Amino acid sequence: MSQVKTARPLPNTLRYQGGLSMRNTKAVWLALLALAVAGASLTVGYAAPVRVGPVTDDWGVVRVARGQPIILAYWLVVAGPDASLGVDSRRGIEIAIDDKKTVAGHPIRLIGEDTGCNAEGGQTAATKLAANRQIVAAVGSSCSSEAVPGAPILCKAGIVTVSPSNTAPRLTDPKRGPEYACYLRTAHNDLVQGRAAAMFVYHVLGLRRAATIHDGSPYAEGLANVFADVFKRLGGTITSQEAVSPTDTDMRPVLTRIAAGRPQLIYYPIFIAAGGHITRQAKEVSGLENVRLMSADGTFSPDFWKAAGEAAKGMYNSSPDLSVEALGPRYQQFLQKHQRKYGERPLSAFHAHAYDAAMMIFAAIEKVARKDAQGNTYIGRKALRDALFATRNFPGITGNLTCNPFGDCADPKIAVYQTISADPAKWNPGTDPKKLWSMPRQ
Amino acid sequence: MATGAAAAPRVRRFSFVDAFLWAFRLAVVVVVVWGTVGTLRLGRYTAEQWKDFFVFGLAQGGIYALIALGYTMVYGILRMINFAHGEVFMSGAYTAYFVAAPLAASGFLNRHPLASLVILLAVSAAVSTAIAVLVERVAYRPLRRAPRLVPLITAIGASFFLQYAFRGLYGSGFRAYPEFELFKGEWEILGVGILRTQAVVLVSAAALMLALYQFVMRTKAGKAMRAVSEDKDAAALMGIDVDRIIVLTFAIGGAAAGAAGILYALVFKQVHFFMGFVPGIKAFTSAVLGGIGNIPGAMLGGMFLGVVESVGPALFLDGLGIPAPYQLKDVIAFIMLVMVLIFRPQGILGERLAGKRA
Repeated sequence: MSQVKTARPLPNTLRYQGGLSMRNTKAVWLALLALAVAGASLTVGYAAPVRVGPVTDDWGVVRVARGQPIILAYWLVVAGPDASLGVDSRRGIEIAIDDKKTVAGHPIRLIGEDTGCNAEGGQTAATKLAANRQIVAAVGSSCSSEAVPGAPILCKAGIVTVSPSNTAPRLTDPKRGPEYACYLRTAHNDLVQGRAAAMFVYHVLGLRRAATIHDGSPYAEGLANVFADVFKRLGGTITSQEAVSPTDTDMRPVLTRIAAGRPQLIYYPIFIAAGGHITRQAKEVSGLENVRLMSADGTFSPDFWKAAGEAAKGMYNSSPDLSVEALGPRYQQFLQKHQRKYGERPLSAFHAHAYDAAMMIFAAIEKVARKDAQGNTYIGRKALRDALFATRNFPGITGNLTCNPFGDCADPKIAVYQTISADPAKWNPGTDPKKLWSMPRQ
Repeated sequence: MATGAAAAPRVRRFSFVDAFLWAFRLAVVVVVVWGTVGTLRLGRYTAEQWKDFFVFGLAQGGIYALIALGYTMVYGILRMINFAHGEVFMSGAYTAYFVAAPLAASGFLNRHPLASLVILLAVSAAVSTAIAVLVERVAYRPLRRAPRLVPLITAIGASFFLQYAFRGLYGSGFRAYPEFELFKGEWEILGVGILRTQAVVLVSAAALMLALYQFVMRTKAGKAMRAVSEDKDAAALMGIDVDRIIVLTFAIGGAAAGAAGILYALVFKQVHFFMGFVPGIKAFTSAVLGGIGNIPGAMLGGMFLGVVESVGPALFLDGLGIPAPYQLKDVIAFIMLVMVLIFRPQGILGERLAGKRA
C-alpha cells in the first residue's frame, strides 16, 4: 500500500489498528450489554399478564386510540426477481382492506417490509416489524425460507402472522415447537401438493421414472421429498434427487447428471430465477431432449414465462386451483375488483389466500377487540392469536377455512396446469396455462 | 525474524500447524482420489457426458475469466480489489437489453445476427466502461492515499449504490434476453457436438483475452500500464501520467466486463439488477486462483474454476455416495480457493511480490 509515501508507512498503520482494537472493544461490550438488556426486557415483558385499559393479556395489548387506524403489516417478497409472488399477495390484502373498510370502527392501515425470498430477508423484515408495537397482526411471509427464522421473531413480539403462500410442511408440523405458536397459514400444506403432483405424474401421465431438483429452500426441499416419497410408494422410480443453489445460473452440469439416470420427467418445485434457467437449459442437454418438465406453484406466474421463454411450452405446474368452478362466484368478483384496481390479471397464485388471510385476521380482531368509555380500542395479542386458531368454517374465497392446532387453515384445492403459449401477455390460468386435472377431494 | 540471529539457536520443529496442514493436504488428496476412483468404477456417465461437463465448464469459465480480467488488472496497478466490478458487468448487460429487445422486435436481430451481436457488445462495453471510469473517479481516486481498507469499503459501497441505482432505473424484476435463431442448437466441431451459444462464448472470450494480452504486452499504453504496476513513483518520474493509466485500466476492465455481460446474456438469457453479485465473487475467486495481478493467470483461473465447478461434483463426490452433489459445487470451488491461499498464496501463475510492492 505504501506506494508513494514510503517514508511514513508505520505510524499510519499503527494508528489505524490501534483505533480498531481499543475503541471498538469497548463499543462491542456496550452493544452486547444493550442487547442483553433488550433481550431480558423482551422475555420478562411477557412473563406476566399485561393489563391495559379493559384488557388483560399474557402477550401484551395493542391500544388503538379513537379514530386512529388499526395497523396490519405484511412481510412479503415485493422486490427482486421473485417479487411477483409477494406483490400478488399484497394486492389480495389491499382488496380485502377495500372490501372491509373498517375493523371494530377503525380504518385499516397496511404497512410492510420486503423479505427477499430468503432467510436473511425474512429475519430482517420480521425484526423490523417486531420493533413496531402498534402492529396488531401480520400477513406473511411469501417464501417458507423467510418464515423459518422470521416467524419466531414475530411470535416473541406477540404478533400473530398468517401466511398466504408458505407451503413447507415443517412450518405447521405437529413437532414445530412453541416458537411458532403465533404462525398460521391459508396456503395449502405441501404434503397435499406433493402428493397431488406425484399422483398426476403416475396416474394421469402414466410415467414411471422421475428425477427431482430442489434449491435448498424449505419449500422446495419439502415439496421435492414429498413428491419423491409418494411417487415411490405408488410404484415409480426416482432416478435421482438433485439440489442446486437459488443463485445458480449454469444448470447444464446438474442436468447432465440427471440425464445419466434417464428419467421421463423432471420435477423441480423451485422459484422463478433458477427455475427459468433449468427450463431453458434442459432441452439443450443430450439425453433430455424428450424429458417432460414439471414445476409447482413457485413458478406459476407470467414472470416465469419471461424467464423461461419458449422453452416453457408444454411444461406442467401444480398450483392452487384458481378456476371459478372450484372457487365459486366470489372469486369471479374478486378478479373483477383486481382488474379494476390494477388493470391486469393476478401475477401469481396466492392473491385469494392473502385476501382470506386478511379477512380472517379482521374477523378475529372484531371478536377480541374491547372498547373503553372514550372509544379507544384494546386488542389482546394472545387473545387474538387464540381467536385465529379457533377459526372454524370461515367462508373464504379459497374455501371453508378451519384452522388446526398447528396453524394449517387451508381448504386445499390443487390442480395441474400445462403451459400452452408461454407468452406473458396471454397469461390466463385455466385456459393458458391450461388446467388439465384437479386433485380429487378427499 | 529480524532478531532471530541474536536469539538462542532455534531449530524449527514440526509444529502443530504444520501437522494440521499436512493432514489437510492428505485429506483432500484422499477424498479426491477416492471419489474419482469410485465415480469411474460406478460408470454412471458416458464419455459423451464427461465431454459435456467439460465444455459446459469451459463456457462458464470463459465468462468468469473475462470478468476476472478487470479484477486482476486493477489489483495489478492499484493493489486494491474493485468489489464494484460485478456491478460493472451487470450494468452493461442490463442496459444492452434495452437495445436487444427492440432489435428483436423489429426482426433485425435475426436478419443480421452478427451485426446485432456487435452492436450489443459495443453498447454493453460502452456502458460498462463509463460506469467503471465513473466509479474510479468518484469512489477511488479521492482515496488513493488513504489506508488500504478505505477503498475496499468504498468499493462495497459503490457496489450497493450501483445495484440499487439500477434497480431504481430498470425495476426489480428480471428481463429475458431475446434469442438468436443463429445460435440455437449445436455445431459439430472436430466430431464433438457443442452448443452454439457456448461455442460463441468460448471463441469470443478467447479472442478478447488474446487481444487484451497483446495490448498490454505490445503497445505503448500497455507498457505504461506495466510500468505503473511495477512502481508508480518511478513511472511518474519517467513521464507517465499515472492517473491516465489508471483510468485506462478501469476502462479496459470495464469493457471486458461489458463484453462478458453480453456473453452471459447469450447463454443464460436473464438479466436483473442483482445478477452481478455471484459472477463477481466467482470471478474474484478466479483472479486469486490464477494469481491476482497476472493477466494470463486470470484467464487460466477463470477457465479452471468453471471446469472444476462443472466436472468436480460429478467426479469427486458421486463416488463418495454424496446425494445431490451439485449443491456442493460452491464448496468445491471455495475449498480450492482455500487450498491455493494456504499452499500457494501467490496463485497458480502469480509471482511472489517484491517487498516494496506488497
